[in-house]
Amino acid sequence: MPANPFNGYTDYGIGIGLRIPHYDHILSRKPTVDWFEIISENFMVDGGRPLEVLDRILAQYRVVQHGVALYFGAADGPNKEHLRRLKALTQRTKTPWLSDHLCWGSVDGSYSHDLLPMPYTKAAAKKTAANIRMVRDYLEIPIAVENVSSYTEFHVSEMTEWEFLTEVVERADCGILLDVNNIYVSAQNHGFNPYDYIDQVPHHRVAQMHIAGHTKFEKYILDTHDHPVLDPVWKLYAHATKLCGVTATLLEWDDKIPSFEEVHDEALKAHAYIAQARAANIPVPKGRARPLGAPRT
Amino acid sequence: MKKTAIRKRLARRSGPARFAPSQVASTADLADLQRAMWRVVSRPLTGDSRMQRRWSDGRPTSAVAAQIAKPNDRLTSFERLEIYNRMYWFRVLDSLYDDCPGLRAVLGDKKFIRLAEAYLVRYPSASYTLRNLPSRLAKFIREQPRYTKPHTALCRDLARFEWARVEVFDTASQPIFTAADLLGLPATRQGKLRLALQPYLQLLRLEYPVDDFVLAVKQREAELLRGDASNAPTELRRRQERKTKLPARERTHVAVHRLDGKIYFKRLDPAAYRILVALRAGRTLEQALAVGIPRAKKSRQDWAARVQGWFRTWMELRWLCRRE
Repeated sequence: MPANPFNGYTDYGIGIGLRIPHYDHILSRKPTVDWFEIISENFMVDGGRPLEVLDRILAQYRVVQHGVALYFGAADGPNKEHLRRLKALTQRTKTPWLSDHLCWGSVDGSYSHDLLPMPYTKAAAKKTAANIRMVRDYLEIPIAVENVSSYTEFHVSEMTEWEFLTEVVERADCGILLDVNNIYVSAQNHGFNPYDYIDQVPHHRVAQMHIAGHTKFEKYILDTHDHPVLDPVWKLYAHATKLCGVTATLLEWDDKIPSFEEVHDEALKAHAYIAQARAANIPVPKGRARPLGAPRT
Repeated sequence: MKKTAIRKRLARRSGPARFAPSQVASTADLADLQRAMWRVVSRPLTGDSRMQRRWSDGRPTSAVAAQIAKPNDRLTSFERLEIYNRMYWFRVLDSLYDDCPGLRAVLGDKKFIRLAEAYLVRYPSASYTLRNLPSRLAKFIREQPRYTKPHTALCRDLARFEWARVEVFDTASQPIFTAADLLGLPATRQGKLRLALQPYLQLLRLEYPVDDFVLAVKQREAELLRGDASNAPTELRRRQERKTKLPARERTHVAVHRLDGKIYFKRLDPAAYRILVALRAGRTLEQALAVGIPRAKKSRQDWAARVQGWFRTWMELRWLCRRE
């Protein structure tokens, strides 16, 4: 949706990730970009070049924070020092919403620095939603959770991934960062239909979308963010945009990063799909009043 | 009946303990599942970077993996968890590899990876950011010298020095102390002045001149990269690939600092080092000078000129700040 409670009622257009190889270009040429997404953890420091660059970017551009280590699904719950630093950064950036992943990655104080998949159970959804609520109450900004790409499934799972995502966001009353590339990757790895996923998530909660490239191996696909967006992912993005409305969209390109222009041009390809969605004149999706735990139709 | 006997009977009745829970119906179950998966993911890889085939208790790792992950039509449970096991180690080892060019140059890649792996098993990351990964490496090298023999003291210095470079990059800065601040003080009180040092400034007392060594290593790496790009002749490449000469033991005092976003190293006279350390500890200017300057070695006048020169440089480099 262009503007909703989960993205702070903003309409941000198409952004790209702020990455070190592009700093000089951005600061010297000041290209026109709708917005930049920053990785929160890279700027949760006390000083030095990261904050100097960030302040110069903030003086020129709109910035949204995206995290990689809040681990909403961790049984331990959020780390207090992490939250304290994150809050200080949100006050600096004035990010209208904050996103992180529907995953876990730390246990008993040890960190994997990975986005590990969740077991899809009611108890896990309940704990995850409680963690999200705690984070939102502390940070006092809207939260959007991103579906991750995954390479394994658990025996203990009781529902599909999209049912789990829905269960979590409805319990937490938060937004979704719909990563269509991750849906595609997981669909290929686990053998489900990615369109079923997109059809069944609560569209009115989608605060932002991610698009990215991936790499195919013999037996699975890896979410590598080192390629242009592939055609099936653009098709999924078009489908998601038709269902959710025109939504703030960000291209992720994190490895083998080409020139700024190449990354930005790739992101701007989203305009073609947004135009299709606008032409279709689809009504803004409304919230469903489905009680938690009720069967889906 | 004794407790141990009860435990043994229960164990017989219920069979071998499960590695991972059979359901996740509570936060405690979720924690157990996450612990089980973390044990698999963080277990060191084999020499050819695969998941180990045997678990620590001798059973096949596939049996452990099968309790956690579902197989699919292309991958076994073992293979699915192996993807995460490999990704974990590649990520953390890559991060340490980038942060420790000097340590790598001393040990060579193979021994460095062995050290890094043992370090991360003993001290897995305890922070949300990979930045902090090398924070306990110097401590580990001291505790486990077998991974760095016969260069343990040099490696420990390098680990301290390379961690200082991480710290100096993004630690906070404070408003600098200026000449105007000094002029604002009556002359009689200037000796009682307590100055602070920039929080990012790192002061190191080392057994080896690792600052020069790391610079040489980085220069060599840059040359090698240029060689790759220019397709340099084989003989030249061979010469470049030779190891940078290891430094001889020599007590060295170094400040690692930053200026305009860039990191620099500056050698310090031992007396200058002592003065800076005393200032950081909260001593007054008078006390710091008394601690730093050796008694009766040179004339007072000679020392006065040198100390004035140091303070002028430190102010130019923005190391001194007001104590709040």
